[in-house]
Amino acid sequence: MGVKSDMKNKNNQDTFPGQVIPGGNGGNIVVGVLDQIINWSRSNSLWPLYFGTSCCAIEMMQTGAARHDWSRFGMEVARPTPRQADVIVIAGTITNKMAPVLRKLYDQMAEPKYVVAMGACAVSGGPFYYNSYSVVRGADHIIPVDVYVPGCPPRPESLLDAMIKLQEKIKTFHNSKRKNPIEGFDEGKVG
Amino acid sequence: MTNSELQVLVSSWMDDLEFIDEGVQYLTVTVPKENLRDLMFKLRDDSEAAFDYMFSLTAVDWGKNRGMVYHLESTKYRHIIVVHVNTEDETLDTISDIYPTAILNEREAYDLMGIKFTGHPDLRRLFLQDDWVGHPLRKDYVDEANMIVK
Amino acid sequence: MTTTEIDNKTGLVTQEYKINMGPQHPAAHGVLRLVLTLDGEIIEKVDPDLGYIHRGIEKMTERDTYKQIVHLTDRLDYLSSHINNEAVCLAVENALEIEVPDRVKVIRTIIAELTRLASHQLWWGVMGMDIGALTTFMYAFRDRELINDIMEETCGTRLTMNYNKPGGLMFDIHPNFQKRVKEFIKHFKVSLPEYNTLLSGNVIFKKRLQGIGYMSKEDAIAYGVSGPSARGSNISCDVRKIHPYSAYDRVDFNEILMEGGDSYDRYMVRMKEMEESMKIIEQLVDNIPEGDFETKTAAVLKLPKGEYYQKVESARGEFGVFIVSDGKKSPYRMKFRSPGFANLSILDKISRGHKIADLVAIMSSLDFVIPDIDR
Repeated sequence: MGVKSDMKNKNNQDTFPGQVIPGGNGGNIVVGVLDQIINWSRSNSLWPLYFGTSCCAIEMMQTGAARHDWSRFGMEVARPTPRQADVIVIAGTITNKMAPVLRKLYDQMAEPKYVVAMGACAVSGGPFYYNSYSVVRGADHIIPVDVYVPGCPPRPESLLDAMIKLQEKIKTFHNSKRKNPIEGFDEGKVG
Repeated sequence: MTNSELQVLVSSWMDDLEFIDEGVQYLTVTVPKENLRDLMFKLRDDSEAAFDYMFSLTAVDWGKNRGMVYHLESTKYRHIIVVHVNTEDETLDTISDIYPTAILNEREAYDLMGIKFTGHPDLRRLFLQDDWVGHPLRKDYVDEANMIVK
Repeated sequence: MTTTEIDNKTGLVTQEYKINMGPQHPAAHGVLRLVLTLDGEIIEKVDPDLGYIHRGIEKMTERDTYKQIVHLTDRLDYLSSHINNEAVCLAVENALEIEVPDRVKVIRTIIAELTRLASHQLWWGVMGMDIGALTTFMYAFRDRELINDIMEETCGTRLTMNYNKPGGLMFDIHPNFQKRVKEFIKHFKVSLPEYNTLLSGNVIFKKRLQGIGYMSKEDAIAYGVSGPSARGSNISCDVRKIHPYSAYDRVDFNEILMEGGDSYDRYMVRMKEMEESMKIIEQLVDNIPEGDFETKTAAVLKLPKGEYYQKVESARGEFGVFIVSDGKKSPYRMKFRSPGFANLSILDKISRGHKIADLVAIMSSLDFVIPDIDR
């Protein structure tokens, strides 16, 4: 499995972007680029929001449970409130009635915030793309999405892969170019 | 009770019932909408019928008119009857006081099919937003953006 | 609307108080929104606001062929996806008088029971979590993975299997199927007593459930409650016994009935039902008849004009499919009778007078799957 080899490479000691110099008095001095250290710590403690609307929520729960255990990557602290969460995993169909709720949840999250669209419904409407009068065709009509995971529902390994992709994205982040991802989103500007 | 015995029993209660014979699985009866509540009371309270369990309520758009299809079962005798009722003017009497399971089901029928139930304690939309226009399960519902017309 | 009352003796002003629970709530098992009217912490009224996952499946079926409809029912009650598929397939098969091979009936029954087990395991794990016991979640999901493995090997997917089709199955079972199922049963016979030691006898757990959410037999029938929730109120309503389908007429199992009608009895019904499901699987797994896995049918099926109803016992209760056909390739009207919808309608009645924390316990004991309610 791809996950296993990734684990080896992503051993935190190896990937820590700074240098630790023993201070001699029991403390240590860390030398490095602040941006990189912040990104490193951010990417390794992503707190997801409990947000499951349908079938994909079960696979998301499986990812958090015994066998797949996403706490290996620092994601075990699923939060019921958006104010404490970093990433929202949209697991399931978004309907017209749910859309304002999703937007509200997103707006309540503190920056920096990330979005993973899990499953065909959240990506594009999935099986409900044709002929459904009440389904939103893709969560990216409502909020900006960082990572898309296809599948109906995706396997837990897919979700883990997506979360690792998100970590990689966070590691390339520049704090000087920081901007709210929702800025200009409603006017059609992406990225 | 077998279907024919049931048919004899039910038709002894009132005159203007119509039994459907073709293309049905259970004993199926059409009742005029004025007699709907009378029939439902009889079906529930008669000791030989004892239809206490309403397991399905379906709103159907028949084209020329709309109506409800009620599926009833007796938990004592395990026989099943299907009651059809049609309406031309989109109003029907509620049966939510006879079978409380109809409270939510009639709200659903109002929401998706637009049948108004007189006497219902709380007739509001159930699934769709309050500002939604139209009733999507109707055959003449048009939504050009989302639905492919075949 | 809030009503204000002034107590004549003390002059204190009391006001009716409304709070909103959901649609994004960790204990709502999805996106159920409840508007609660409260007197202090006591619930006076529960008003469910549905539709946050209403996908219009019933309208979609009017434009699809019968074979295309099957996969949509997976997404209704995704925890009993196989059972929902089976209902549609049985309805179509009965309407067209297609006789399916014996092998299909037995395999369908085994997989339906595996689905029921997986659903009850998930319910058990999440119920513990709702009450405050986080360990149950890990135990349940550990065992659930084993069923998912069997499903993946034979059906191709872990959750929404879409293994049925009108006339039979999509493909034959995997050669490992019987071996894996037997291994699972052997494993689960050890873990199920573990579940009971961990949670069922726990004093705190019992105190949270006993006497909470009492449902009388008459109320349950009048509100159309079915499945394990109704059997906790001593109503014999198991469709597998009353209107047997597939291979249920040839297996020996008990219908679990409890007398109490409170949340704990509903809990115990499901715990004991898991044993019965294992019993059914054990009787069938070594006796899968040889033969074809399908009866060949036309690519596009047309049902004769008329009305068809098929009921099956899903993990949550009586799931029904009602088809009105006008003789064309798509149904004229298709209605899914979902067990959750009827079970939800009684929530208001049985939770009045309880505290908000008890509402979570009652909801868990009724075992809702929201897409099944909203359709």
